[in-house]
Amino acid sequence: MGQLSVDLCGIRLDNPVIPASGTFGFGYEFADVYDINCLGTFSFKGTTKEPRLGNPTPRIAECPAGLINSVGLQNPGVDRVISEELPKLRKVFRKPVMANISGFSLEEYAFVAERLDGEDCVGWIEVNISCPNVHGGGMSFGTDPKSAGQVVSAVKAVTKKPVIVKLSPNVTDVTEIAKACEEKGADGISLINTLLGMRIDLKTRRPVVANLMGGYSGPGIFPVALRMVFQTAKAVKIPVVGMGGVSSAEDVVEMMLAGATAVEVGSANLVDPAASKKIIDSLPETMQKYGITNLSDIIGGAL
Amino acid sequence: MENVILTVTENRPITPSGNVYRMKLEGDVSAVSRPGQFVNLKIDGLYLRRPISVCDVEDGLLVLIYKVVGKGTEKMAAAAPGDSFDTLTGLGNGYDLGPAGERPLLLGGGVGVPPLIYLAKELARRGAKPSAVIGFNTAAEVFGEEELSRHCESVTVTTADGTYGAKGFVTDALPQQYTHFYCCGPMPMLKAVYGSTVTDGQLSFEERMGCGFGACMGCTVRTRDGYKRICKDGPVLSKGEILWDN
Repeated sequence: MGQLSVDLCGIRLDNPVIPASGTFGFGYEFADVYDINCLGTFSFKGTTKEPRLGNPTPRIAECPAGLINSVGLQNPGVDRVISEELPKLRKVFRKPVMANISGFSLEEYAFVAERLDGEDCVGWIEVNISCPNVHGGGMSFGTDPKSAGQVVSAVKAVTKKPVIVKLSPNVTDVTEIAKACEEKGADGISLINTLLGMRIDLKTRRPVVANLMGGYSGPGIFPVALRMVFQTAKAVKIPVVGMGGVSSAEDVVEMMLAGATAVEVGSANLVDPAASKKIIDSLPETMQKYGITNLSDIIGGAL
Repeated sequence: MENVILTVTENRPITPSGNVYRMKLEGDVSAVSRPGQFVNLKIDGLYLRRPISVCDVEDGLLVLIYKVVGKGTEKMAAAAPGDSFDTLTGLGNGYDLGPAGERPLLLGGGVGVPPLIYLAKELARRGAKPSAVIGFNTAAEVFGEEELSRHCESVTVTTADGTYGAKGFVTDALPQQYTHFYCCGPMPMLKAVYGSTVTDGQLSFEERMGCGFGACMGCTVRTRDGYKRICKDGPVLSKGEILWDN
């Protein structure tokens, strides 16, 4: 039996598999399907200072190898996340959870991070500076090294928990953003968020999603994600969490060879609610097939 | 919610128009607990599952009626007996039978009719005397009249072009008296029914879905009772909570 555990910013994960924010809610929908304590951890639904309904519907468009979403950070706001969602989460998940946060100003990021810093069940704070869905929102922080660094400074100032910055792929050079975040004290980098995409309905001749465009995710983006994880892992010394189209144990191994310390699984959870569990269950067999005895040994093996 | 493999036992067109199919599937359908729920079928070659409302369910047998409207339903129509589908069952809240009263009214439009068939059966089983008004575009698309008649006191069919039954829409043929209404149909019909009915009732909504089980927030609408996911908190909403400004 191979060794699956990895260390992510000083916290041990039993395995590197982490359902990605926005595809796993606050966990309890999935706890009806399987015992989610088998996960390394999971990243909960992106949380903002104020409650948000998100974008108008339709918000979903299918693609040949994935989907486009323009949910627009729908969430009940950090106060209700703490008072209503986290108690429900704690009933079904005993491990430290990753808190995904977003904001529309430095003050909002700091506000949400400070609130969640007081929650014992939160292990890491994953800072989304890259959501492509919100007009004038997260996008601007994630596409400029300076403003990305400002977000990191603002969040680091109010929390002792490890801060992982989730980067957008919709930039010219993702390593510039990653290095700016590292310089301002980020404890880790996660990438990639969704790629900006679009579909048009041939019958109506109108964009399928009401917001016109949205974030493309799913197996179609895996090679792009892998390339950016590889480039980022070469550019920074802090841990990198890889994500983007991961759908199998083989994909997890490939991401880790590209430099990922842990791997997030997103869209796959929406098509098969047990996808993350199935990936974890098939990791030992996949490790054996490729001669891996200790999964953490292969991190960055292809760099 | 359960994830099960269901095997097709029958799949054929049921209307002269040729584009409405009835599919029967065998397997564990124990998770389907209420009329108005739906199942979500994985279809080879397509990334997202396809949500289809439950038309009827018995021990080990699921009946779906669907209209061919795109790639997913085209592939479903091509399925033969013996083919199987990876299916999530028991999705959505379904209709609440509690407030039905003695004479509930079922209102269906087009492929909104199928869930009313299971609903009529369950209402009749509980001693209610449902009646139904179902509407279609034209005679060639009419289905469900016979199945509903087995459980309903009366079934009125309307067609927009007058080629079958009464000419007009469902809302042109509403009876005078009923205790509660249940509706499923396209959005313009839901709005018309909302405006024309005199009792409380329940309406089933459609929305483009990502997952179908409440995880992705792809199908959220605003209601008087807060934000609701059509797939998980719906698809059935009560008349009193609906807001039309989404």
